[in-house]
Amino acid sequence: MTTDVTMRPRLELLQPDAVDRVVGEALQLLVEPGVKVASQDAADLLAGAGAQLAGSTVRIPERVVRDALATVPRTFDDREGHAAVRYGAGAVHFDPGSCGVKVLDPETLDRRPSTADDLVRIVKVAEMLPAYAAQSPAVICSDVPAEIGDLYRLFLVLLHSNKPVVTGSFQASGTKAMIGLLAVDAGGPEALASRPRAVFDVCPSPPLSWTEFGASNLIDLARARVPAEIVSMPLAGGAAPVTLVGSIVQHAAECLSGIAIHQLAEPGAPIVWGGAPAILDMRTGSTPMGAVETAMLNAGCAQVGRSLGLPTHGYLGGSDAKIVDAQSGLETGIAAVIGVLAGIDLVSGAGMLDLLLCQSAEKLVIDAEVIGMAQRLGRGVEASGSTLALSTFAELVGGDFLGLDETRRLFRREQFLPSPVIDRQSDEAWRQAGGLDTFARARQRAAQLVDDYRVPTIDPAVRSDLVERVRGLAEDVGLATLPGT
Amino acid sequence: MADGLFEAMRRSVEEGDVAAAEATARTAVDEGLDPLEAIESGYVPGLSCVGEGFASGELYLPDMVLAAKAMKAAMSVLEPEMKRRGATRSVVGKVVLGTVKGDIHEIGKNLVGTMLSASGFEVHDLGVDVPLDRFADVAGEVGADIVGVSALLTTTMTNQRAVIDTLTSRGLRPTVKVIVGGAPVTQAWADEIGADGYSEDAVGAVTLARRLVGA
Ligand code: B12
Repeated sequence: MTTDVTMRPRLELLQPDAVDRVVGEALQLLVEPGVKVASQDAADLLAGAGAQLAGSTVRIPERVVRDALATVPRTFDDREGHAAVRYGAGAVHFDPGSCGVKVLDPETLDRRPSTADDLVRIVKVAEMLPAYAAQSPAVICSDVPAEIGDLYRLFLVLLHSNKPVVTGSFQASGTKAMIGLLAVDAGGPEALASRPRAVFDVCPSPPLSWTEFGASNLIDLARARVPAEIVSMPLAGGAAPVTLVGSIVQHAAECLSGIAIHQLAEPGAPIVWGGAPAILDMRTGSTPMGAVETAMLNAGCAQVGRSLGLPTHGYLGGSDAKIVDAQSGLETGIAAVIGVLAGIDLVSGAGMLDLLLCQSAEKLVIDAEVIGMAQRLGRGVEASGSTLALSTFAELVGGDFLGLDETRRLFRREQFLPSPVIDRQSDEAWRQAGGLDTFARARQRAAQLVDDYRVPTIDPAVRSDLVERVRGLAEDVGLATLPGT
Repeated sequence: MADGLFEAMRRSVEEGDVAAAEATARTAVDEGLDPLEAIESGYVPGLSCVGEGFASGELYLPDMVLAAKAMKAAMSVLEPEMKRRGATRSVVGKVVLGTVKGDIHEIGKNLVGTMLSASGFEVHDLGVDVPLDRFADVAGEVGADIVGVSALLTTTMTNQRAVIDTLTSRGLRPTVKVIVGGAPVTQAWADEIGADGYSEDAVGAVTLARRLVGA
């Protein structure tokens, strides 16, 4: 007889009845004070389903939200293959934080405006690290005109990666062009709808409001059946209640209103219960991504989404430190552990420094170790044999555990095997290897990964179609050569 | 007698007690106290005290924001009385502030506004997603010394330049100084678009604004 002893640690911040109360109060907020919806199309969709309009305020009755929830897909895959993000499967996936405006120069430690080449370097590093299930348009390309910035970042990711992409747009024209690129990449709009490779972040504005762009973005994505991820960002104490639970309620209300708009536009279109909730720092007014309360908010918000049977997303793994130092390590470590224990399907944010403003390939390398450790914790304690330890001792000769078959068979599963970025050598060996600190070791490893990286094989016809489309759009805004290609 | 009232005024601001700030202001009006004296000897010391507490790290943003709110509440009671008496309180300067068209990030802009008002500036906050012309419209109407333009997106930063251009074409420059800010904004960008100043935080924005109005 085999006893399956699996003890998976889980973090559930809210009691089951508290989750129900969160949803209950969120539904009440949708009626009173209601939600501001600046998009006429979205307001019309809601009104058509029975919501009341008063100026730009929409009061959404519970029934409309419940009907919308009944039509959402419960799970979906982003892309087939081993690197795919499988929502709702109980696994936690990580991807780099997106849209940094700076990179940390690994040599000078300057935080300088990021360029297309910086984006490509980060994508290469993330591509090589299995800790990242997906990519993101990690930084802005300051050498590309802002008008085509969002689609250009996606374009570079598609050219350099096989992984799914967590992306987003800054303007309505961007969304359309990006869906176009993804359709080329997938082999046509139908292929894209049946096997979407990207998910788009869409942000409501806290508190309880949808801009024209945000709401129409939801509608466009739903109609193209490209996954949308509602990234609600209650800022506890600044743009949301100061209590964590109050902010979790606001997050739920914002997500539920977004789901209603999205599902009314296209019932059954793929949607993710996402977010980047954070506290407001009461000294600087900044939005710390590395605060423990920020991680708690992410855990609580995801728990509510999971209770509704939805795929979940959060924003953790960024640090507020300016360089890759002790603060960056401890904040990322705590947050990754909480993200994994909370069972959030997809966690964005790795590699980020400086309150989501600065990306670092070297931090991505270190964060991959943090993620490996957190994932190991998430798997918990496992035993699948008929005994827990008795059979091991039956095999044992002397004290030779290292020489046991079982040891060789299981050590790779029992232990997370870190890269040399994590130092476990003797003092002497460490000194002889140059006496490098974590950042210096990460710098070496990032350089190695970039060297080892191979460009994915893309169907030449697809590649040239992508390039031609972007070249056309680039010429319209006066960009003659395509940096990063 | 007035000393006790001044003390209560100071405390109302320090404790961020809007009701008490209004009540003490009303008492001052009822008792015929000079509103300018009530401000200078009553409420301003309270605000300075909170400002110092904030600077030394003892007090936090909510203390500051509520103090500014209490101060504002007192002012709105005292202002009609000042008008009646023909008295005007000298403001350090008038600032028109907003987040540019296409951008709805407001927290940083609000902080800058709070700190400027707490430092004696008259702030006209236009909100977020502000149409480009509106900065110049309001600057002209109120006779602004400074226009402050916030942008948090690389796509909307270019609108900061457009705001400067409209001010120029309306002939409002150089009497109106322009200051810019927001996470992706840098001194280099401010120089490039011909802004008069840039600051990376709210405290710096106050120093900058004071310098530009020669205070
Ligand atoms: C909170 C936030 C939001 C909230 C805003 C809520 C609100 N009511 O304001 C929401 C969720 C709505 C949001 C939406 C979006 N956001 Co946003 N957001 C942020 C975040 C995390 C914090 C901003 C903030 O409030 N900081 C705290 C305040 C105190 O700091 P601050 O704004 O910088 O202000 C200080 C200084 O800059 C200065 N200052 C500011 N203004 C002024 C003005 C003057 C005159 C002066 C002198 C000084 C000054 O003083 C302030 C006080 O110290 C930033 C990341 C960041 N660190 O900036 C991203 C960030 C700015 N957002 C980003 C993005 C991409 C978006 C979206 C496009 C996402 C999407 N795909 O939909 C949308 C755009 C919406 C729109 N059209 O504007 C990117 C921008 C990247 C880029 N290249 O431009 C950032 C950098 C995050 C990231 N890496 O992805 N966001």
